[in-house]
Amino acid sequence: MCNHNKERSCFEYVDSQLPRVPLELVVNGEKVYELIDPTMTLLDFLRHNLKLFGAKEGCGEGECGACTVIMNNRTVNSCLVLAVEAQGAEILTVEGLSKDGELSILQQEFIKYDALQCGFCTPGMLMSARALLDRNPNPTIEEVKEAISGNFCRCTGYESIINAVLSAAKREREELR
Amino acid sequence: MMDKKEFRHVGKPLDRVDAVEKVTGKPIYVHDMELPGMLYAKVLHSPYARARIKSIDTSAAEALPGVKAVLTGKDTDHKIGLYLVDKRIIASDITRYQGEVVAAVAAVDEETAERAISLIEVEYEELPAVLTIDDALEGKILVHEDINELDGGGVFFPQKDSNIASWNKTIVGDVEKAFEEADLVVESEMYLPAAAHTPLETHVAIAQVDPHTGKIKIWTSAQSPFAVRQLMAKSFGMSESDIQVIVPSIGGGFGGKAGVHLEPLVTLLSKACNGRPVKLQATRREEFNQLPSRAAMRSRIKTGVMKDGKIIAFKAYYDWDSGAYADYGANVGRTAIYSGAGPYEIPNVEIHSRTLYTNKVFSTAYRGFGHLETHWAIERQMDIIAQKLGMDPYELRMKNVLAPGKRTVSGEIVTESTGSPADCLEAVAKEINWTGYQSGEERKAQLKTGKVRGKGIALLQKAPSMPTNTATSVIMQMDGDGKVKVMIGAIDMGQGANTVVAQIAAETLDIPMEDVEVVWETDSDKHPYDWQTVASKFTLMGGNAVIRAANDMINQMKEVAAQVFRCNVDKLRHKDGHIYHVHHPHKRLPYSKLARGYIYEDGTAIGGVIIGRGSYIAEGLTFLDPETGQGLPALSWTFGAHGVELEVDVETGDIHILKFASAFDVGKVINRKLIDGQIKGGVVQGIGSAISEGMKFDEKGRLRNPSFTDYKIPTAMDIPDEMVAIFIENPELNGPYGARGVAEHPMISVPSAIANALYDALGINFYQLPLSPENVALAIAEHMKDEKIN
Repeated sequence: MCNHNKERSCFEYVDSQLPRVPLELVVNGEKVYELIDPTMTLLDFLRHNLKLFGAKEGCGEGECGACTVIMNNRTVNSCLVLAVEAQGAEILTVEGLSKDGELSILQQEFIKYDALQCGFCTPGMLMSARALLDRNPNPTIEEVKEAISGNFCRCTGYESIINAVLSAAKREREELR
Repeated sequence: MMDKKEFRHVGKPLDRVDAVEKVTGKPIYVHDMELPGMLYAKVLHSPYARARIKSIDTSAAEALPGVKAVLTGKDTDHKIGLYLVDKRIIASDITRYQGEVVAAVAAVDEETAERAISLIEVEYEELPAVLTIDDALEGKILVHEDINELDGGGVFFPQKDSNIASWNKTIVGDVEKAFEEADLVVESEMYLPAAAHTPLETHVAIAQVDPHTGKIKIWTSAQSPFAVRQLMAKSFGMSESDIQVIVPSIGGGFGGKAGVHLEPLVTLLSKACNGRPVKLQATRREEFNQLPSRAAMRSRIKTGVMKDGKIIAFKAYYDWDSGAYADYGANVGRTAIYSGAGPYEIPNVEIHSRTLYTNKVFSTAYRGFGHLETHWAIERQMDIIAQKLGMDPYELRMKNVLAPGKRTVSGEIVTESTGSPADCLEAVAKEINWTGYQSGEERKAQLKTGKVRGKGIALLQKAPSMPTNTATSVIMQMDGDGKVKVMIGAIDMGQGANTVVAQIAAETLDIPMEDVEVVWETDSDKHPYDWQTVASKFTLMGGNAVIRAANDMINQMKEVAAQVFRCNVDKLRHKDGHIYHVHHPHKRLPYSKLARGYIYEDGTAIGGVIIGRGSYIAEGLTFLDPETGQGLPALSWTFGAHGVELEVDVETGDIHILKFASAFDVGKVINRKLIDGQIKGGVVQGIGSAISEGMKFDEKGRLRNPSFTDYKIPTAMDIPDEMVAIFIENPELNGPYGARGVAEHPMISVPSAIANALYDALGINFYQLPLSPENVALAIAEHMKDEKIN
């Protein structure tokens, strides 16, 4: 039996105890305004406050890339970014990739090339690929490899992911321009 | 015959059934789960490899606001273990590895739990530890002083007053006599370090204990919901039916999530918090340091061979540095006695496989368990023998390879249905244009350029190591519109089990793929029993169960249709979602008209709801004789081969893989797209084991690289320039549509193929993994020095 804090409520929230700070930003095209614990990471903010569970925590140390999101057109490891650093930023997560039930070309090519297995790295992988194609619509194999080299995948061996990104680049060049 | 038939779904490169969910970030992993009233757990670990806990003071932790429970070894004496029951859920008197759980806290959030952990005061007395294979064998210090009480159940053999958790043996013929007769005897010692699975989702579990009934509900990132249930029931002295285990999406397993892990501990915490749900998620550091790894292994092999290359004797000692608890490790060791001579026929064999307790993080199953390890030694040894004989290593392998009519080391006679390792080797040799080793002169000429190229080949085999009564089952229900829901206890951790199950169900029923839905989120209260999703067994065993269930549905529909058409059942066939009369094809009924009974025009209904049932149990397996290792351990073998071409930078020791070709006799490809991903993913994981991975311990048994910063797994920059997957299809008569399992096999023999190519490139034999740039560069420097002296 739980014999702790007999005189206290069992449901108090414990955090850094620091005063709340306002945070205003745009996530997947929607304006967000919240008062938050200033020690909170961007990843925690997305997952706990906004309930966007696409970005994952694979290591919490910025090594694995499972938490990758796009912040102001650049990829970040959201586990290493404080939420307050995203003040005024535009954030894109995996949840923002498809619109009105229609998968983006990149997502379609991930399916076509079977660029995923367990799916845990997939949201981060997609964001790194998205950011690459946004800045370089015609990447070489080496450029794709480099762009996703911060995203670990233990399942696929990467080849299918690289092929999916190259194919998505080609389709986007043909269909979107 | 089987392979000539055109199939509707089987063999096609179909998209995986859960792909849309996964590219939209929708799947719910336990990692993502929150439940009302949920508490968060953190764990205190032993900082010592071996120590006595003199005292624990938890008062400050307990007083911290937000802390709901603090547990230590005093609060539980339950023991748990997969094969040998040797592990306390929380250490009490002695801690046996650095990372072992000493205390656990449940609190309102992770930060509070973490703070509470930091307030627990433990006084330890550090004790001398068993840290090497030789220390373990010497047995001066016992990791488990109560080893004599362990029961191996006739399958595992703990040795009295020792650190040997299990000593399994195979003895066939007379090796000593054969060594005397042999033209050449080759002895070598090889080693590979412990390795980490590193699933991207670390181990995580949530438990909720009903405080009134004691019933337990668990959500866990696991490969084995039914094994979790069974082992916990045994440990807690409960009925299996009072434990419900649910596995939603799982972020990678690779064997590390088989068996039972965090579940008992969170259950105790939930109990201590009046049944509030408690979540415990391993940090990445804990994933390396607390949760089990692949064992390090030392092999000492002696091979007797005739001038023509015929191997007549093979003797091996496989010693597994298996860590503090036996877990899966004992079974990993057991694979060596039926598979530890490789895919070769050898008349005289003696294999000793010893799973050793040491004071390190314990070991468990890792993709193709036991096989990557033994095949590192076996397939290196084959090349070394070939060098000494002056023979092409391809020819040496072909001379000895298993083929129909030949015997495995455990006495099984290979048939056409077993598959062909020779076909695999031939295919990869062709793919990389293998023409034998290059000459010494060619090597010297290359060395001057600073970059040297070489090619290597290796064979492999694996059969699952499973209990003789391993079983799986499936329930399939038809909806009113003729669509089918499949309930099966498979865990799809990315290998594609759900897709393969859907394909086989749709194929057998002859309906569109879209009409089959595999109901995932396996729930032991709702899904029918499955042993575990391990051992590359699901396509074969689950596939067979699905065929049986689908045929059961077809038979039920035919019985009703026979009444409607007033004919004998044997006149009825099924095709494209219909039951029809073989002589009067216009007499046909769609499945939808039979799914919930057939209704006559006047309203009379016959038949009933169509529910198919399929069950499959491994047939004919036997225990292995404790003294000779003879018996039938293998439900199905899958053979394969790798061929690699690589380039080494002589200065840096850096290996660049130009081409990696792999061939497997899979019997029948069920899904060409998914199988390709299994092969290439496995090969890259094998490249990690070969080149960059390996757990490093300091002189006190502390893990020095428990993070991705210091433990390097392959990234996209580390893959071969070209990977080729080749599928040989000699059908397995016992397999669904002729298929065999192949999920684990791609990893096996990758390190040996790479090291064999290094020999071809450099003329240097490597005996230890990893083949890291520093190890390769140092070996090259040493070799150059020797060359100069000579």
